[in-house]
Amino acid sequence: MRYLPLTPADRQAMLATIGAASIDDLFIDVPAEARLSGPIAGLPGHASEMAVERHFSALARQNMAAGHHPFFLGCGAYKHHIPASVDHLIQRGEFLTAYTPYQPEIAQGTLQMLFEFQTQVARLYGCDVANASMYDGSTACWEAISMAARVTKRTKAILSSGLHPHYVSLAKTMAKFTGDQLMTSAPDLSAETDSEQLLAAIDADTSCVVVQYPDILGRIEDLSAIAAKAHEQGALLVAVVTEPVALGAIRSPGEMGADVVVGEGQSIGVGLQFGGPYVGLFACKEKFVRQMPGRLCGETVDAEGKRGFVLTLSTREQHIRREKATSNICTNAGLCALAFSTHMTLLGERGLRDLAALNHAQAVSAAERLEKVPGVSLVNESFFNEFTLKLPKEARPVVRALADRRVLGGVSLGRLYPGNPVLEKGLVVAVTEVVTPEDIEAFANALEEVLA
Amino acid sequence: MTINASGWRPEVGAGVAESAGTYTGNRALMLEEALIFEIGDGETTGVDIAAPSAVKSRLAGLERNRPIGIPGLSEPETVRHYTRLSRQNYAIDLGLFPLGSCTMKHNPRLNEKIARMKGFADIHPLAPRETVQGALAVIHELAHWLVTLTGMKAVAMSPKAGAHGELCGILAIRAALEARGDARSTILVPESAHGTNPATAAFAGYAVENIPATAEGRVDLAALTARLGPDVAGVMITNPNTCGLFERDMKALSAAVHAAGAFVYCDGANFNAIVGRVRPGDLGIDAMHINLHKTFSTPHGGGGPGSGPVVLSEALAPFAPLPYVERQGDTFLLIEEETVDERQGKAFGRMTAFHGQMGMYTRALAYILSHGADGLRQVAEDAVLNANYVLRSLDDVLDAPFGQTGPCMHEALFSDGGLAEGFTTLDIAKALIDEGYHPMTMYFPLVVHGAMLIEPTETESKATLDQFIGALRSVAMRAKQGDPLLKSAPHYAPRRRLDETLAARKPVLVWKEPEEAVAAE
Repeated sequence: MRYLPLTPADRQAMLATIGAASIDDLFIDVPAEARLSGPIAGLPGHASEMAVERHFSALARQNMAAGHHPFFLGCGAYKHHIPASVDHLIQRGEFLTAYTPYQPEIAQGTLQMLFEFQTQVARLYGCDVANASMYDGSTACWEAISMAARVTKRTKAILSSGLHPHYVSLAKTMAKFTGDQLMTSAPDLSAETDSEQLLAAIDADTSCVVVQYPDILGRIEDLSAIAAKAHEQGALLVAVVTEPVALGAIRSPGEMGADVVVGEGQSIGVGLQFGGPYVGLFACKEKFVRQMPGRLCGETVDAEGKRGFVLTLSTREQHIRREKATSNICTNAGLCALAFSTHMTLLGERGLRDLAALNHAQAVSAAERLEKVPGVSLVNESFFNEFTLKLPKEARPVVRALADRRVLGGVSLGRLYPGNPVLEKGLVVAVTEVVTPEDIEAFANALEEVLA
Repeated sequence: MTINASGWRPEVGAGVAESAGTYTGNRALMLEEALIFEIGDGETTGVDIAAPSAVKSRLAGLERNRPIGIPGLSEPETVRHYTRLSRQNYAIDLGLFPLGSCTMKHNPRLNEKIARMKGFADIHPLAPRETVQGALAVIHELAHWLVTLTGMKAVAMSPKAGAHGELCGILAIRAALEARGDARSTILVPESAHGTNPATAAFAGYAVENIPATAEGRVDLAALTARLGPDVAGVMITNPNTCGLFERDMKALSAAVHAAGAFVYCDGANFNAIVGRVRPGDLGIDAMHINLHKTFSTPHGGGGPGSGPVVLSEALAPFAPLPYVERQGDTFLLIEEETVDERQGKAFGRMTAFHGQMGMYTRALAYILSHGADGLRQVAEDAVLNANYVLRSLDDVLDAPFGQTGPCMHEALFSDGGLAEGFTTLDIAKALIDEGYHPMTMYFPLVVHGAMLIEPTETESKATLDQFIGALRSVAMRAKQGDPLLKSAPHYAPRRRLDETLAARKPVLVWKEPEEAVAAE
């Protein structure tokens, strides 16, 4: 077996050193009735590289890859072009096959990268500090709600109807067990967000208000009023960003008064990958630093006075604090954070702004073209690179019929909000820099055909 | 005997070579690297982006009106920056990485290639199911082998890492208890458990109580049984445990827990020791997470991503979270909120936005298929053999607290007993860095004083182990003799010992312009 270097002679020599007659002697603590006498049933024997690759190639061919077709899906995961050097760099063995940097003297590469990553995320979000990553946007969102409860010592969180329904679903799952109260609702298929309702709902029991920016329908709105009302009542504003590229074009939530900003970093450097691994971003005001979840990298000096980096404030964390930790998270998304950071460095501020401008322009062009399809109307007044169309009929079968015509034409809201007769006509369309004018035309024509 | 493969022999005992300073601060291949904030700027970019067509902005008047502060570098500078950083890292690709509990084994590159196939890497989690049948087939196939290898009923695939899997398992236990109207308040956790175990139980809303270990390093079954009662929801056991020992009484323990109406959670971090030889399902376990990034070799990536599918017993299987994949004839179904209602499912909810770590599933499945049934069994055997070889080759020079009671499983545990006054596990670890190794896990498990937990894994050759044993023996002797140079190790790493107290006392977590930093003080 190609991954196992011991030879039969090595094994014999080692058993002799140990003083064991056979390998079974080393498994003596396992009760006999729990030991399998032979190989696992049903699993074939070892296989060559070529055989394994062939098996996967056949399966991969059964999937419609985004890059091979006109592609317009978003809702929390976006297809962007990733520069070739990003994937090259994250595959360097020194990054790929390293562990969490517990021994900082021989992990400065990972640690300095994390320090840079934290700074990039904090600045992008308009916050003071950021952590070294969470699993993904949805878990970062729950961690933010959970942190707000610790900070305010209140348990009622108000979730905007514009928050990604899967993020809401996760929060509901957790809240059932922790006893937190969540106020949730589904969005209307309209240009108006629910900010009036949110403002009315914030009271002295509220731990936080959670608002997605841009929201699940792609709508954008100034968060300042919600921030002001939350602060007036002693609550926190948690902003959720599922499309970080947007922040190259629009103001950061931190600038508008958000106390905690969390989100998905997948758009930058990390591919679609059918939902994971992604990278959760978590940033907040400096005063909450000791309540933050997850790893933090900090600057320090070594015994010779040279600048260096270490994991720090670990008394918040499970391996020190155990049941009193701020979170149970251990492994996070280090390599995806590297991909994010590398891509962000390649972009720089100039590139990020240009990329965002291109996304917005393409989306505006697409929206203008698609709303001309008979029966279709554009729900949004504002949007960045994603908007919602109202179709004359249920969107789910339309999406399937589009796929039959080799167009991946957006996410039907019926899939995200099952059983909602208003939302089921909604189709959320994302348009990034990878979309060509021909793709938009192909989508519009196919949509016209399907709706006819 | 040559000390290293090139045949070059360092002058032993020459002490620290004081190197002459250089103009750059570099030392030949050891290159210093500035922060991107010090070398990049806001106008430099390493990408070429087409100019947008002129459109009417729809940004609600919220256009950015202040600089973001994100520096850019050209592509050559970017490649050089991260390449230089990478060289300051230790990694499995460079050498033995014997971190106990972490299973740092070789990461096959075939798995990287497969994960990057367009049909897996470039598909959207909300794409119509008809267009992603091959991906759902991969999830289903991996799920099948995880269930088969563990002898369990079902598996929840979506948890994102080990601790997330623990949370999934504990929530399934809680959902099962609540479904039978049995609210319970407490989870029992052995003292030797990973910190994630008590943190997870608390995160799920339970009180946590510790169960002591016996002098032999195993769970005290009598103490555990005595504590069981109507308030105990479950017990979290690690097996093989964090002392590297198999919990011999596991079946009796499970029976006692079940008799008390509670459930057994098993931390599967150490599954590598028994994969293909023992099925946790045969030990009475109700839920166990599997770290795909440990046993099934998906890369650790400097701290993730991981993946923590949770296998479940018949009692817990109905409560598995959404979404999950089911096979119906030749079609793979993805069961989400909309379909689950029709099925009157008992799923306790959703743990993440999408389906979990697809990129890890492809890698783990490639690993399983590459090894096959014979290879996986050999994995466990070689992992255990390598650990026992390390244990027996060093137990004359290092204190092995449980070494007298029998073999270990996949990791060898030593304590700091017998070191010279003032010398610690930390000194040994830092000296190993100078010898070209990543140190073992230090000060864990907590039940052993100055613990050194060594997990060599099965992907190390005998020659590599012999060299490591020689190095650790040499360092241990120096620690026993009180060699003062150990106290200042490492001497040859990119950095000397770092001031962690300073980092925590005055946290600097983001870079600030020098004048800004001064102004803030």
